[in-house]
Amino acid sequence: MDGIHDLGGRQGFGPVRHAPDAPAFHAAWEKRINALYGLAVRRGVFNMDEYRHAIERMEPRHYLSASYYERTLTSLATLCVEKGVVTREELERRAEGAFPLALPAAAGRTNLVTRPRLAVGDRVRVRDDHVPGHVRMPAYIRGKRGVVVGVSPAYPFPDAHAHGVAAEDERTCDVRFSSIELWPDAAEPAMVHAGVFESYLERDGSDGR
Amino acid sequence: MSETARAVQATAPVERRAAAIEAALEAQGWKAGEGIAEATRKVEEEWLPANGARLVAKAWCDPDFKRRLLADGRAAALELGFEFPRHHRHLVVLENTPAVHNVICCTLCSCTAFTIIGLPPDWYKDLEYRARVVRESRTVLKEMGLELPPEVEIRVWDTTADTRYVVLPMQPPGTIGWPEERLAGIVTRDSMIGVARL
Repeated sequence: MDGIHDLGGRQGFGPVRHAPDAPAFHAAWEKRINALYGLAVRRGVFNMDEYRHAIERMEPRHYLSASYYERTLTSLATLCVEKGVVTREELERRAEGAFPLALPAAAGRTNLVTRPRLAVGDRVRVRDDHVPGHVRMPAYIRGKRGVVVGVSPAYPFPDAHAHGVAAEDERTCDVRFSSIELWPDAAEPAMVHAGVFESYLERDGSDGR
Repeated sequence: MSETARAVQATAPVERRAAAIEAALEAQGWKAGEGIAEATRKVEEEWLPANGARLVAKAWCDPDFKRRLLADGRAAALELGFEFPRHHRHLVVLENTPAVHNVICCTLCSCTAFTIIGLPPDWYKDLEYRARVVRESRTVLKEMGLELPPEVEIRVWDTTADTRYVVLPMQPPGTIGWPEERLAGIVTRDSMIGVARL
């Protein structure tokens, strides 16, 4: 989905609030929630793709204003309610107030049957896909051309895995893009790489292949 | 609570919402306390930037190990006894050189090789870093205190799949010949993310 979480290249943000010894946690409840979501994954209540997608499904204003671990909390609670582990009523009774959850998921999708089998050095173009469910293709690479610089082992296909849809595991390619190709005349020069599932890619015919 | 009632009732503070889900799961028979103790131990004692620092220091001292590390980061890390969660099947080690500087990010969420470089710091997960580092990397690095010479190529790596990345920083010239343990002591989390040089 073209969600608010998909931040790469968005403009208007200020300086990074950087500190060399920045902590991962700021409050005790954050550690507890981080542990609970890990426990839920180990217990098989949900997988990492479902977890990530439930964060992406948060109402955009809630997403933007929530701290990192409030997003973790919201995903954990949403999935526990959707999977029937707890009810929202119980959560709100215990919390003594409203407990905002993520919005419902759209449909998932399985692998692309005609996906290319790629190797290092192949020139590729990211497909012009608009996906209503979970997808790990950041919008800033959609339709853009790059070159494969690395290939991973096969992973569960997120677009399916987040939605309980059957799919084959597939490899991801580390694809190198020029920032100038990604944002013509509107980015600082750099090579930008993303890990891209083969179902998101097609061979780039512009070089005659 | 109906949607209308929910819209007018105040959202419970986040601490109360966290306690509510924990209590609800306890009531389902989950041993939340044990899970929390185990995870806290891993975060505080096992998943530390010191792990990555040992990999870096060994790579600086041992050319054969460095070759193995660059060829298959996960296998090399397993050699030293480090662990990976099940979904981290691949670790790519990105070598900085005088001509190339690597920096990692996750624009979609907060993915990192956390068993190797520790859980990500808050700024890595903030909207600003995620939005800006792919598009204006040189400016972002400069704002964070790293001003790279203009001839250095910047390579940004966005962790959009389950492949994980870690930067192999350049060894500072004044440390040549130091023992491995002492070298590991100078390798920071920021240098393995790529927002600092050593």
